[in-house]
Amino acid sequence: MSVLLDVVSWVALVAGGLLMVTSALGMVRLPDLFTRLHAGSLADTGGVGLILLGLVLQTEPGLNTLKLLLIGFVLFLTTPAASHAVGHAALLGGLSPDPEDTDDSQSAGS
Amino acid sequence: MGRMISLAVVLLGVWFILSGSTDPFLLASGVVSVLLVVIIAHRMGMIDEEGFPIQLLGGLILYLPWLVCQIALANLAVARTILAPVMRIDAGSAWVPASQKTPIGLVVFANSITLTPGTVSLSVLEDRIHVHALSRKGLEDLRQGDMDRRVCAVEGRR
Amino acid sequence: MFMAVTALLVAAMAMTLVRVVRGPTPYDRILAVNVHGTMTVLLIAVTGYLTDRPDFLDLSIAYALLNFVGTLAALKYFRFGHLGDEP
Repeated sequence: MSVLLDVVSWVALVAGGLLMVTSALGMVRLPDLFTRLHAGSLADTGGVGLILLGLVLQTEPGLNTLKLLLIGFVLFLTTPAASHAVGHAALLGGLSPDPEDTDDSQSAGS
Repeated sequence: MGRMISLAVVLLGVWFILSGSTDPFLLASGVVSVLLVVIIAHRMGMIDEEGFPIQLLGGLILYLPWLVCQIALANLAVARTILAPVMRIDAGSAWVPASQKTPIGLVVFANSITLTPGTVSLSVLEDRIHVHALSRKGLEDLRQGDMDRRVCAVEGRR
Repeated sequence: MFMAVTALLVAAMAMTLVRVVRGPTPYDRILAVNVHGTMTVLLIAVTGYLTDRPDFLDLSIAYALLNFVGTLAALKYFRFGHLGDEP
C-alpha cells in the first residue's frame, strides 16, 4: 500500500514539475499578453494541484497535511484574482484582446 | 449570529493549524485574538453574505468535483497547444452572459472561468463577463451556459 | 526524487525570468513575476521536504499571501502612479 502511495505521489510530483516547465515554455513561446495569461493559469491550477497532491501523499496525516491544504486553498482563491487583475489592467491600458489588431506580436517574437 | 460563530470556528481552526501547539497560554491567546477579530469585523459590518459567504459552502462542495474535472481537461488541452511544434492559436474574446443574481455568485463564476486554463475573464459586469479564450471552441462551450447554470445552482442552495 | 522536482521548478522559474526581461509591455512583466511567485511558493514547500524541515511550509503560506498583494500593488502603482493618497 505504501509503495503504491509512493509511486502515485512521485508521478504526481514529476507531472506537476513538467506542467510547470510547460507553463514557463508557454510564457516564452506564446505570442501576446492575453494568450500568456492562459500559460500562467496552467501553472496556477495543474502545477500547483499536482505538486501539492504529491507532497500530501508524502506526508503522514497530521498538521503538515492541513498546512499543505491551506496553501492550496489560498492559492486557488488568489491566483485567478491576480490573473483577472492583470488582464483587466491590460484591457484598460489599451491592449486589444483580439489577435487581428495586436501590434505587439511581432516585437514579442523577436 | 450563526455567521459570527462559524467565522470564529474557522479562525480558530486556522490558528490551530498555524501554531500547532496545545500549550494553554497559546490556545488562550488564540481565543482572545479570534474574539477581538470577530467583534471588530462585526462592528465594521463586514460579516455579511459577501464578507464571509459560508452559505455557499454546501453548493461549492457539490460544484468542486465538476470544476476539478473541467480544470484537468482544460490543462491537457492548453498543454497540448503549448507543446505542439507549430502553435495553432485561434484566440479570441467575447461577452458571455452571466445570470447570477448576487455579486458573490458572479465572483464564483468569474473565478471559475479564470481558474479553467484556456479562458480568462477580463471584465465583469452585472449580467455578462468579457472572456478571452485560447481557442474559439472553449469560448463556444462557455456560451452554451453549462458552467453558468451550475454556478446558479451553487447560489440557489441556501 | 525531491531533487528532480526542485530542478524542474528552478528550470521553469528561469524560463519565466526570460519573459520578465523581454517584456514587451509592463503587464507581461507583472504576469511573469506573478507566475514566478507561484512557483516560488511551491519551491519553498518542496525545499522544506528536501532538507527535512517542515517549518518551511509556514514560509510558503506567507509567501503565497504576499505574492498576491505584491502583484496587485505593482499593478495599481503602474496604473495610477501611487498606492493610495495622492502624492
